Amino acid sequence: MNSDELIRMANQIADFFKPYGHDDAVAGIAQHIRDFWDPRMRAGIADTLRKNADGLTDLAREGVEKAIAS
Amino acid sequence: MTYQRQHDHGTPAGDGKPVTLFIDGSEVTVPEGSSVMYAASRIDRPIPKLCATDMVDAWGSCRMCLVEIEGVRGTPSSCTTPVTEGMKVTTQNTRLERIRKGIMELYISDHPLDCLTCPTNGDCELQDMAGTVGLREVRYGMDGESHFAPETKAEADVSNPYFQYDPSKCIVCSRCVRACEEVQGTFALTISGRGFESRVSPGTAADDFFASDCVSCGACVQACPTATLVEKSVVEKGIPSRSVVTTCAYCGVGCSFRAEMQGDEVVRMVPWKDGGANEGHSCVKGRFAFGYATHKDRQTKPMIREKITDPWRKVSWDEAISFAAERLKAVQAKYGKGSIGGITSSRCTNEEVYVVQKMIRAAFGTNNVDTCARVCHSPTGYGLKTTFGTSAGTQNFKSVEKSDVILLIGANPTDAHPVFASRMKKRLREGAEIIVLDPRRIDLVKSPHIKAAHHIQLRPGTNVAVMNALAHVIVTEGLVDEDFVRERCDVKEFARWVSFVAEERNSPEALAEIIGAPAEDIRKAARLFASGGNGAIYYGLGVTEHSQGSTMVMAMANLAMATGNIGREGVGVNPLRGQNNVQGSCDMGSFPHEFPGYRHVGDDVVRNLFETDWGVPLLSEPGLRIPNMFSAAIDGSFRGMFVQGEDIAQSDPNTQHVEEALKSLDCLIVQDLFLNETAAFAHVFLPGTSFLEKDGTFTNAERRINRVRPAMQEKSGLSEWEAVCRLATAMGYPMSYSGSHEIMVEIARLTPSFAGVSHARLDAGEQLQWPVNEAFPNGSPVMHVDGFVRGKGLFMVTEYVPTTERSTRMYPLILTTGRILSQYNVGAQTRRTENNRWHGEDILEIHPFDAEERGIADGDMVSLASRMGATTLRAEVSERMPQGVVYTTFHHPLTGANVITTDNSDWATNCPEYKVTAVQVTRSNRPSGWQDEHEEARRKNYRIEIEAAE
Repeated sequence: MNSDELIRMANQIADFFKPYGHDDAVAGIAQHIRDFWDPRMRAGIADTLRKNADGLTDLAREGVEKAIAS
Repeated sequence: MTYQRQHDHGTPAGDGKPVTLFIDGSEVTVPEGSSVMYAASRIDRPIPKLCATDMVDAWGSCRMCLVEIEGVRGTPSSCTTPVTEGMKVTTQNTRLERIRKGIMELYISDHPLDCLTCPTNGDCELQDMAGTVGLREVRYGMDGESHFAPETKAEADVSNPYFQYDPSKCIVCSRCVRACEEVQGTFALTISGRGFESRVSPGTAADDFFASDCVSCGACVQACPTATLVEKSVVEKGIPSRSVVTTCAYCGVGCSFRAEMQGDEVVRMVPWKDGGANEGHSCVKGRFAFGYATHKDRQTKPMIREKITDPWRKVSWDEAISFAAERLKAVQAKYGKGSIGGITSSRCTNEEVYVVQKMIRAAFGTNNVDTCARVCHSPTGYGLKTTFGTSAGTQNFKSVEKSDVILLIGANPTDAHPVFASRMKKRLREGAEIIVLDPRRIDLVKSPHIKAAHHIQLRPGTNVAVMNALAHVIVTEGLVDEDFVRERCDVKEFARWVSFVAEERNSPEALAEIIGAPAEDIRKAARLFASGGNGAIYYGLGVTEHSQGSTMVMAMANLAMATGNIGREGVGVNPLRGQNNVQGSCDMGSFPHEFPGYRHVGDDVVRNLFETDWGVPLLSEPGLRIPNMFSAAIDGSFRGMFVQGEDIAQSDPNTQHVEEALKSLDCLIVQDLFLNETAAFAHVFLPGTSFLEKDGTFTNAERRINRVRPAMQEKSGLSEWEAVCRLATAMGYPMSYSGSHEIMVEIARLTPSFAGVSHARLDAGEQLQWPVNEAFPNGSPVMHVDGFVRGKGLFMVTEYVPTTERSTRMYPLILTTGRILSQYNVGAQTRRTENNRWHGEDILEIHPFDAEERGIADGDMVSLASRMGATTLRAEVSERMPQGVVYTTFHHPLTGANVITTDNSDWATNCPEYKVTAVQVTRSNRPSGWQDEHEEARRKNYRIEIEAAE
């Protein structure tokens, strides 16, 4: 999957959960990705994290890390 | 059923307490407020009438319905006389007979005696009444001045493509004028002239029906008691001989109709009075635009081809199914189970959708199933499930009759949901207020007898900012319904929300510049909504098709909960669904993360239920959504697709991206009526069935499950669900049902909200709105009455996040897209009807200032360009648009409006951001490059091999 697209989607999810405070937001992002992203999308963002995730916001990165760790 | 005219009680029923009276000695009890005429009709004592019909209020002009009432002097008209307790009425005696016959003589003295050649011979109330009163002569003769004599007769107005107006047959009963006013609310008709010169007029003397404000809803034709206003199809074919009650296949209102037939041919579609969604009203699409079902473009044979550049080859069903299955299996063998998937259609029945998602999950072995709701109301599902606990609107349509303040957001019901708009307009004429949030000045801002209390003409993309500003006013000015919130909502999350919206940065004053509307207007609108009585929110795709679509849905839910406007009639949060079965297709498990009934695939208990019933292991991980399927196709991991009744190549955003994805597929199967834009990229074409051939159910925007009954045989020889079952079987997973009713049995068995639904109940005349189960055995017209489905209502924090799609020097305008009354979505149906006469091409609406700045005059061809692509279309200079915003529709494939739109989408659901695209508009005299290429591709990709002569 196109990594720019996945980064954009992850950042958008993070933007929504940001007002909930750090811990709730990270949990919210992770849960959303687990609930709605197909495994190849999760694999794609994991691959992006390993290679070059410059475009991911810090909050999105934490959420993604939590999502793919579980 | 053999053809019979629908019942007509003469006047509407009242709605008060029961009143008992005696008519010709028979006792009858009716609601207070009913007329004597209505009461008489309930006990088979129909009173002769001409100007009365229960479509409209009593008028009392024809004097045919006179009766005698004990203790009352004279002969009052039964249509205008309300019933009273113990009233004694006589409907028939010598005196009344004489009076009626005399009146009838006067009417007939100015009516042509051409009954045998009249279009409505046998279906004419005037003819019936002449018979009923025993008219045998006209003492005045027929030689006096008349409206029908050849030398004085006015020409019939045949300008409307669907009906004609013949003034020579008019009895000036005003039923048509009143229907236009009271039922449709357009006020297009009037009676011009006085006395003998009185006649029905659609506007000024220079107007004919086509040029007038008439919206061709058909209410006047339905109301007409003679052949004055009559369908052209009846003029041509004669009156119907049988009828089938079914459901319209256009918008999410889901109107009930009688398909009135001769043999297997539809003569006319007449709105069904007993249909709960429409109660006897219709619009130009449902009423008249059904001709596509028998259009010459219709494909009724299965077809296959190796490559998309090959001509199509017509084959048997067996060969097509076998070809499709082998291709899909080959793709899976090479690229894995998850390399294929499919899309269900919101224009197909619940039963058809159910079997497609079952085929994909059970036979394909993947959760890569999605539906066209992805690109329209998927944020509704997410937002309302999160806040209320269920993915559906809260009210029935009738609820609007109890609303005091309507907050209409991003919807244009008079064009997109016309029958519901008529209900809404009626309530507004009764005194309810409306607040419109829309960049465009839609008809509900100002039209005859309608004037919005506030029109917040917001900048596209600022919906959430407006909602936060409204909420700020409600919270900071003490307008919250504290009791409701304390009792019904999660108070901890409410407190979090309150502290968020109360922040100064969410005040109207702080957000006014972003929104582009005065802060004071927003304040006044908030106060009106919170304190004006029953507040109801209605919304459309102007809410959902944004990068914050889901946030916006939650923001509306917040507002409804904060003001206590949930859980009773007259209030609620109400999505106006775009297609007839959007609600149903979502209910039936079309989303890649949910089984039927909105239950996540990761839920072990639910998955085990389906695994046990279907006898096959199912995946616990969500599949791909439509935009993800396109991206995966381009990346090469998604190679095969089944598309049911959907034209993704025209309807989905960024056409060039979609086309690239479709070209990448090894196997694309299209099940449709026509070789649509998507079929240009297909390898298998499976002919679909029109709504007139289907047997099943649609679920409309108010969760009403309506029967769809076949009026004619399937033209392809196979129902869509049977074709799908055959494909599933060929894929190695046998699927079969004895009929669509058996599919509903399975749906009910596995879906709690449908547990009590069956074709048998619907066929018995029950009106069912889900949930229908043990808790709600007769359905649920209004939801969340005693508590939210999720328990406590959940307030969500809705931070405004501006879209990344912004105007620049190169693309200084914002494009927003929508629908027009006469056309429907990609136009596959309506473009193949006479509706094209109203809207034969997509038009770009542009503000006069923006037009002048670019040297664009009304009617000029212009280039519309975005970062994604360009197209050329005609411009209309319009003050409906605010400066800086342009608007067009996406009904015509040659325009390709979605060549312009972007890949931006809603954060939660990937619903595309159709409503905000930065564009430039310039004068142009030639098609765009995409249009040239598209034209060439059409020539190549739609060829069908000529069959050898036998």
